[in-house]
Amino acid sequence: MTTTAPAPAGTGAPGRARIAARHLRTDTWWVQPAITVAVLVAFIIYSTLRAFENANYFVAPYISPFYSPCITKSCQGSSFPELFTGPSFLTPAIYILVVPLGFRLTCYYYRKAYYRAFWLSPPACAVAEPHKTYTGETRFPLVFQNIHRYFFVAGLVFNVILTYDAVLAFRDKNDHWGHMGLGTLVLLTNAALLWLYSLSCHSCRHIVGGKLKSFSKHPMRYKFWQVVSRLNGSHMKLAWVSLFGVALTDFYVRLLATGAFNDPKFF
Amino acid sequence: MTYQAKLRVWRGDAEGGGLRDYTVEVNEGEVVLDIIHRLQATQAGDLAVRWNCKAGKCGSCSAEINGRPRLLCLTRMGDFSEDEVVTITPMRTFPVIRDLVTDVSYNYEKAASIPGFTPVARDADGEHRMQQVDVERSQEFRKCIECFLCQDVCHVVRDHEDNKKVYAGPRFLMRIAELDMHPLDNLDRRKVAQENFGLGMCNITKCCSEVCPEGIHITDNALIPLKERVVDRKYDPLTWLGAKIGRRPHP
Ligand code: SF4
Ligand code: SF4
Ligand code: FES
Ligand code: FES
Repeated sequence: MTTTAPAPAGTGAPGRARIAARHLRTDTWWVQPAITVAVLVAFIIYSTLRAFENANYFVAPYISPFYSPCITKSCQGSSFPELFTGPSFLTPAIYILVVPLGFRLTCYYYRKAYYRAFWLSPPACAVAEPHKTYTGETRFPLVFQNIHRYFFVAGLVFNVILTYDAVLAFRDKNDHWGHMGLGTLVLLTNAALLWLYSLSCHSCRHIVGGKLKSFSKHPMRYKFWQVVSRLNGSHMKLAWVSLFGVALTDFYVRLLATGAFNDPKFF
Repeated sequence: MTYQAKLRVWRGDAEGGGLRDYTVEVNEGEVVLDIIHRLQATQAGDLAVRWNCKAGKCGSCSAEINGRPRLLCLTRMGDFSEDEVVTITPMRTFPVIRDLVTDVSYNYEKAASIPGFTPVARDADGEHRMQQVDVERSQEFRKCIECFLCQDVCHVVRDHEDNKKVYAGPRFLMRIAELDMHPLDNLDRRKVAQENFGLGMCNITKCCSEVCPEGIHITDNALIPLKERVVDRKYDPLTWLGAKIGRRPHP
């Protein structure tokens, strides 16, 4: 018989079965959080570098999603009204960062992903977390996760702008309509993925109909709710795919802007 | 195909105990509960295990197999390789009574503390009426077999005994969601969900959904929608204002 010494906290609380091991899982439970950390850290590094680069984000008619809406007077291109001149150390990307960042940071799926992978709360199911105390999302700052719906709405505004950018990508270098290149397709795909990600959002599901007590009294909203619920089932997938979408779209624009690649023209 | 499986089973009680090694015969198609029964019949007559239906419907045989909360009767031995040691322990969130049997009264206490169904007035003809589409959502939650595996895996109480006082756990937050979505229920439970039953403690990491043998989408369909309802009531200045000036009551 293996005797096990009392564990200190967590599952070692008095009265529970005495098992010293933090967990008894034999599968590779650490793979998923490790991948999450790797991908998110890679994205953060790439997007930070790009946000500070302050160049190579516009090549007519394409603008990178990291820099759109481009609202300062120092912007390249003219896809959006230039509203003010900011201090030169702030790039146009920094001003608008808060919306996509806030939207994804407060997203119910990303919350799950980073609570598990970065905060280890819990690292995986039935694997004890390292923290002594735990208050969840009841206190500052995490209680602010509750404003997710506002970021959702702001995100919709950004989706409209990025869709507009994709429409403008049907013009050629000299602003004449009737052009389409691979870049147009890239921008369109990116906008479509962002719409799907936003529409599958849990707050969206709540707003369109989830909040109702009675569906039968609101047949239209029930229909919307059904559609959003179906999308919501893929919210995790859409969260990742749309994140890659944004990064790859930006990367594509950068390739064109630095001259490393020539945009194939369809018409 | 018959083989000898290596088992490690936790034996003991609240005073202490540990993992003990056994070798037990396994036949094709058997589940872990069969092997526990064979162990009981052939080598460990005093092994305590709770079970009833052996069909994944009574929710009695909850335990942890290789560290994962699962039903003994729904876990096939075929899921493990023949030379793998299969470790079986009681649920690690509740006080142990003996061997694989735990005291799950925490769950019954939480169940009893939830304000019950509070119906609206009956129609003029003395009937209550509701449409199928209005109850569909909560019907998913009623598949629950009360195995309490979700309560066992939830790190809020599993890793923090103190939180048991203030946290009802996924099973019972889901019960609150069910009532809040019920077309005939007339009680606004959004405030108590947050303040008395600890909904804010849940960080939607979805382990409850991962272990539920009924495959109920506890987090996506009950807890997150309930969180959104609580935001309407407590945190969203616009819906709060709307309700104050009487335009938008709880719909
Ligand atoms: S999603 Fe919430 S209730 Fe479910 S296990 Fe995680 S913290 Fe517990
Ligand atoms: S919700 Fe699922 S895991 Fe939780 S008690 Fe019910 S059946 Fe068991
Ligand atoms: S829940 Fe993920 S975007 Fe709203
Ligand atoms: S014995 Fe009934 S659920 Fe396993």
